Amino acid sequence: MSATIRWFWFASPQTFFPLAGTIARVCWIGAALLAAAGLYVGFFVAPTDAQQGEAYRIIFIHVPAAWMSMFVYVVMAAWAAIGLAFNTRLSAMMASALAPTGALFTFIALWTGALWGRPTWGAYWVWDARLSSELILLFLYLGFMALQAAIDDPRRADRAGALLAIVGVVNVPIIYYSVQWWNTLHQGASVSLSRAPSMAAAMFTGMILMALAFWLYSIAASLTRVRCIIAERE
Amino acid sequence: MNWGSWSEFFAMGGYGVYVWGSYGVTFAAIALEIWALARRARRSHAAAP
Repeated sequence: MSATIRWFWFASPQTFFPLAGTIARVCWIGAALLAAAGLYVGFFVAPTDAQQGEAYRIIFIHVPAAWMSMFVYVVMAAWAAIGLAFNTRLSAMMASALAPTGALFTFIALWTGALWGRPTWGAYWVWDARLSSELILLFLYLGFMALQAAIDDPRRADRAGALLAIVGVVNVPIIYYSVQWWNTLHQGASVSLSRAPSMAAAMFTGMILMALAFWLYSIAASLTRVRCIIAERE
Repeated sequence: MNWGSWSEFFAMGGYGVYVWGSYGVTFAAIALEIWALARRARRSHAAAP
């Protein structure tokens, strides 16, 4: 019972503000250290790929960024739904704080994908199901941010944005399963929870380190941004 | 160790444009977000980000 009370205590923006600052500081440092380790493994430990040569080293940012782009969207939609259901101010603020960082990772996934596609497929862009649905994800993030920016009353902006975020969540499984549902140029998953990764151990380690770095970065950036939103609104 | 020299490292086996184009833009985009966050934090509250 006491745990329940503590959660509601932190649901108040004023009490969450200093806690968010502390968590963000730890996550900034953790993200920097993990990124340094991930880049070291990615460039100096992981071997050259037999088929793609050095071009494959884009994987260490492309795959973690693509994972984060989908994951951040699901978290954003979940906060938006909680905000809509329980009318909690902080939940809606968390959704708003996550959107720019999610859009950033979606852009990075698309950009690095284009620069990887050119040497391996011979094209920067193809209208394949995986690429097109990821582009729609970018538009969902930008649409969410534009919609919230266009409405002056913050509580109405929260509700309108939440509806868009919740409807848009159907796109996430479409991105994830696109490589199975359609015959895409984009390759299938090399990493899954149910079997061993189909790549060298050092490549996998580098990718996981970068994914953890991006994960902590997303927490740090969104908590830093939610502190700004709290200070601006309250 | 994969690289015999710095020039080999920058060349990335002939894929330098693609690899460094990816890492460069990623780094710049993240740096831009951190800069924008720090500026917004300075304006909204006195504490450092």
